[in-house]
Amino acid sequence: MDLMGFFMETGFWMACIRMATPLIFGTLGELICERAGVLNLGIEGIMAAGCMGGWMWVYLGGSLWTGIVFAAFIGAVFGLLHAGFTVFLGLSQHVTGLGITLLGSSLSAYVFRMLLPKATTPPKIVPFQALEIPFLGDIPFLGEIFFSQTALTYLALAAIIFVAFVLFKTPLGLALRMVGENPMAVEAQGLNVFYLRTLAVCAGSAMMAVGGAFLTMSAFDAYYIGMVNGRGWICIALVVFSSWKPFKALAGCLLFAAFDAIQMRVQQQAGMAIPYQFYLMLPYVFSIVALVIMSRKAAYPNALLIPFRKGER
Amino acid sequence: MNDAILTVSHITKRFGTIVANEDISFSLGKGEIVALLGENGAGKTTLMSILFGHYVADSGTIEVFGKKLVEGSPRASLKAGVGMVHQHFTLAGNMGVLENIMLGTESLTCLKSNPGKAKKKLNALMERFGLTVNPKALVKDLSVGEQQRVEILKVLYRDARILILDEPTAVLTPQESDSLFETLSHLVKEGLSVIFITHKMREVLAASHRCIVLRRGRVVFASETCKTNAKTLARAMVGSDLPKIFRQRQIPGKEVLSLRDITLVDKNGKKSLTGLNLSLKSNQILGIAGVSGNGQSQLADMISGLVPTYEGQILLDSKVVSHISPRRMITEGVGRIPDDRTGTGLISDMSVMENVASKDYGQFPFSKRGLLQFKAIAARANRLVKKFDVRCPGIDTQVRQLSGGNMQKLILARELSGSPRIILANQPTWGLDVGAASHVHRQLLKAAEDGAGVLIISEDLDELFQVADKICVMYHGRLSDSQDADSVDRAHLGLIMSGQAAFHDGEKNET
Repeated sequence: MDLMGFFMETGFWMACIRMATPLIFGTLGELICERAGVLNLGIEGIMAAGCMGGWMWVYLGGSLWTGIVFAAFIGAVFGLLHAGFTVFLGLSQHVTGLGITLLGSSLSAYVFRMLLPKATTPPKIVPFQALEIPFLGDIPFLGEIFFSQTALTYLALAAIIFVAFVLFKTPLGLALRMVGENPMAVEAQGLNVFYLRTLAVCAGSAMMAVGGAFLTMSAFDAYYIGMVNGRGWICIALVVFSSWKPFKALAGCLLFAAFDAIQMRVQQQAGMAIPYQFYLMLPYVFSIVALVIMSRKAAYPNALLIPFRKGER
Repeated sequence: MNDAILTVSHITKRFGTIVANEDISFSLGKGEIVALLGENGAGKTTLMSILFGHYVADSGTIEVFGKKLVEGSPRASLKAGVGMVHQHFTLAGNMGVLENIMLGTESLTCLKSNPGKAKKKLNALMERFGLTVNPKALVKDLSVGEQQRVEILKVLYRDARILILDEPTAVLTPQESDSLFETLSHLVKEGLSVIFITHKMREVLAASHRCIVLRRGRVVFASETCKTNAKTLARAMVGSDLPKIFRQRQIPGKEVLSLRDITLVDKNGKKSLTGLNLSLKSNQILGIAGVSGNGQSQLADMISGLVPTYEGQILLDSKVVSHISPRRMITEGVGRIPDDRTGTGLISDMSVMENVASKDYGQFPFSKRGLLQFKAIAARANRLVKKFDVRCPGIDTQVRQLSGGNMQKLILARELSGSPRIILANQPTWGLDVGAASHVHRQLLKAAEDGAGVLIISEDLDELFQVADKICVMYHGRLSDSQDADSVDRAHLGLIMSGQAAFHDGEKNET
């Protein structure tokens, strides 16, 4: 049996990019938070909230794009909550983040059950459809892989360029990066550390929620509880993997998605000799190995996890 | 002064029950350098932090160029023309010089930053004030002196008219300090005004026009510098005459510690110590001078057994020690007074009693049949607290509640009570006021009299001249030949500290 033949298929590569999309949003979101010095372990719950919220918006009659905006808004609200505890009150970023994850995950399950108490088979919406870009989509192989995705995937790719531009080319980006390196330097230059960090956490959380919304509104057409399934945690690992750089984050997301896609194909082809859980595990094992190799010299933002307290000594 | 550009009136600031500043008033004229003098904890930094907007005063007003300053906002202070060079630099090490300087100068809603324009302005400033630094370099790759230049440029870039410098010379070599004061005099010639904080008398007399002495949050003395002298200032600072330290020359005994050709490579593959040789005899105090970051902490860690991988030989009592570990070095009689008191010296969340027992809790009589003997531990803790004058409410007090001076006394109590043969003191008086520092010096001198070999690592040359018998200099992981403290010349040591003079007799310097 030709196990690796699927590397030649366009279908496989298209799947890679599709599966990378929520990871790209999540990783970028986490990257923005961490660049500003705030670890956001709420990502898993924020993605779940965006996943349910965006879908529910559309199911209740909203349009797809306003659904995305609504998901982003939910994410920003959770981000504001996280920032309130970690930035303004200076509480532990770990504990707060895990709390937000629990809140986000269970709140979305709760709201789903509240609004749709009788649903037995998951109700469906009409999700984003593949949007082929004229001319570019006609390029054989590469064109098919990159330019016949759904709109959200294009948005994710554009977001990478946008985030990289803001972080490295604008005064705002400089201030955000600096606040994650040495908040005292930012304060001494007359800027407000609290506002900057809050802004970063809210913007990052909004992106995470959009990543979650992709799952129900583009990759699939229904919501079920536990759908995010650890993608948030993978994003946190991918941020380290990417050394806090947007383009390296893209590479990391694609790599992980490729592992995931391979595991699905191999599962289909290899038959029942090996339990399927083994294949499910593979991408995580690979990502741990890649992480170990890539991030041994990881240079964390210097002020990550350290709360800033004004006027204290 | 009638042309005062900065007027501070009746500033009071409390932290909880501690009064940091009480009813402080002074003024600053155009083109004037004012030195703010005082011991640690006298309230100098608090006062300047209020001026720069880090803190808000409880009462009092500040006027800059005749306008009342909005308090609690560095932005407002910068706008009013007040800039501050912090003692702990407010720079991001992983970023470039230009980025650090540009931060906050452009509108945050601006779509594109303009580094070209900023660089032009910076270059003009560097030329005008003779402060050169590579704008593209990463801040962490710069020397401390250069980083300070970046801090000054940062302030000048904001068009500040009043410069506040918090202990600017604390981390500089004597030569770097001289060049800093040259820069400052250049600045005031251009019409700027400078306030600098210090506790070094020599700098006040050499560089300031006027001086103000703070003690316990109050202005206790103010004068034009030319009308006062070091003795008056010292008395004003401490509140009484300084206790004299008598150093009785000891005849050094046999060698207790010797390092031969020690080379240490850190985990990034960089050599932190290179071919280091050192010999310490009993009854001797050997001082190691140098600007911090030149390998001193690695040296201290190595002798304490904290970094076991090194090349070369360590000899204790002329015997080669093959395997070193912190435990081994303790049993060999090395008393360790680390620079980071709450990091590796004490466990700040635990009590005084527990900290005293933290070295020998496992030995009789402090432990019997695997159980701690609290009576014995408490008895010793009480004895030591009394003997070393550690001021604490009780031996159950958490160490974090002690002042820096009392923490240091507690470390001394623990380390010196076992009559160590070797004492390793890294920056033993860093951050201590004069009273506590002289207590530490007396204890170390006494330990040397009793036969210990004492190694003092310090950035403060005055301290080394006061207590050490021999002095050597550390620079870039290398150690110069030791010289008699009585005959060595301060300026010469300064040259070695900045790598501009030969390390060993009859050798040409490589760098």
